[in-house]
Amino acid sequence: MVVWTEQERAFIQEIFGKLNYEEAGPKALSRVLIVYPWTQRYFGNFGNLYNAEAIINNPMVAAHGKVVLRGLERAMKNMDDIKNTYKELSVLHSEKLRVDPDNFKLLADCLTIVIAASMRNSFTPEKQAAWQKFLAVVVSALCRQYY
Amino acid sequence: MSLSDKDKAVVKALWSKIGSRTDEIGAEALGRMLAVYPQTKTYFAHWSDLSPGSAPVRKHGKTIMNGVDDCVTKIDDLVGGLAALSELHAFKLRIDPANFKIFAHNVIVVIGMLFPADFSPEVHVSVDKFFQNLALALAEKYR
Repeated sequence: MVVWTEQERAFIQEIFGKLNYEEAGPKALSRVLIVYPWTQRYFGNFGNLYNAEAIINNPMVAAHGKVVLRGLERAMKNMDDIKNTYKELSVLHSEKLRVDPDNFKLLADCLTIVIAASMRNSFTPEKQAAWQKFLAVVVSALCRQYY
Repeated sequence: MSLSDKDKAVVKALWSKIGSRTDEIGAEALGRMLAVYPQTKTYFAHWSDLSPGSAPVRKHGKTIMNGVDDCVTKIDDLVGGLAALSELHAFKLRIDPANFKIFAHNVIVVIGMLFPADFSPEVHVSVDKFFQNLALALAEKYR
């Protein structure tokens, strides 16, 4: 069972409070598709992903980035039971989407960098630790139904 | 995933912008690594203070980052350029090479924080590749 300190809970709430969902999701998803191009394999029907500019301007990428972030918000609202909150999402990603779980970590890292770039100095090492712990729990919950 | 001429140019261009603050970047990155990945603290049990911003962290972050700066100048032959450092890490320090990736991640977070306008996804991919090749060269002598 994941144990969250009051400090960690506060940090996670704060980070989500400062997040611009319309921007952060699309930025993180486009970044992962550019920095780790093999992740594009899951988005064959998204149209033009030929270069960085195309990816950044792709409306389907942007829309999906927002979907991902709203999914993360569900985890934030259910921090004490992310495992069960994500049960169906885990089945979806393993059975239907067939995403290699290593990719979750890549997207998590890109989201961390997007957040660091927007929060700048207020993204202290302690907040980064809490944030990455949260993402690790999320990733672990998404991996649970793989077999 | 070897470095193309474009990757090398991108890395050099970024370093010309961030070069003056690499001591600070190194210190920040090391502090964050110790805070976010506590297992890395096992290599520094001999330090009095492992908190971000402490004197040993700042000093050592600078040392590591000076090494990284040097790699930018040796970007055409990282394996050759890092031969001595690789021996040091392999036979004396014996740091598990998985940690190179962890340190690199934190350098990237700090660069993103301090230079958000200069760290576009296209720059990010070249820098990520640079660190990947650096790590490989650093691990060259391990076995």
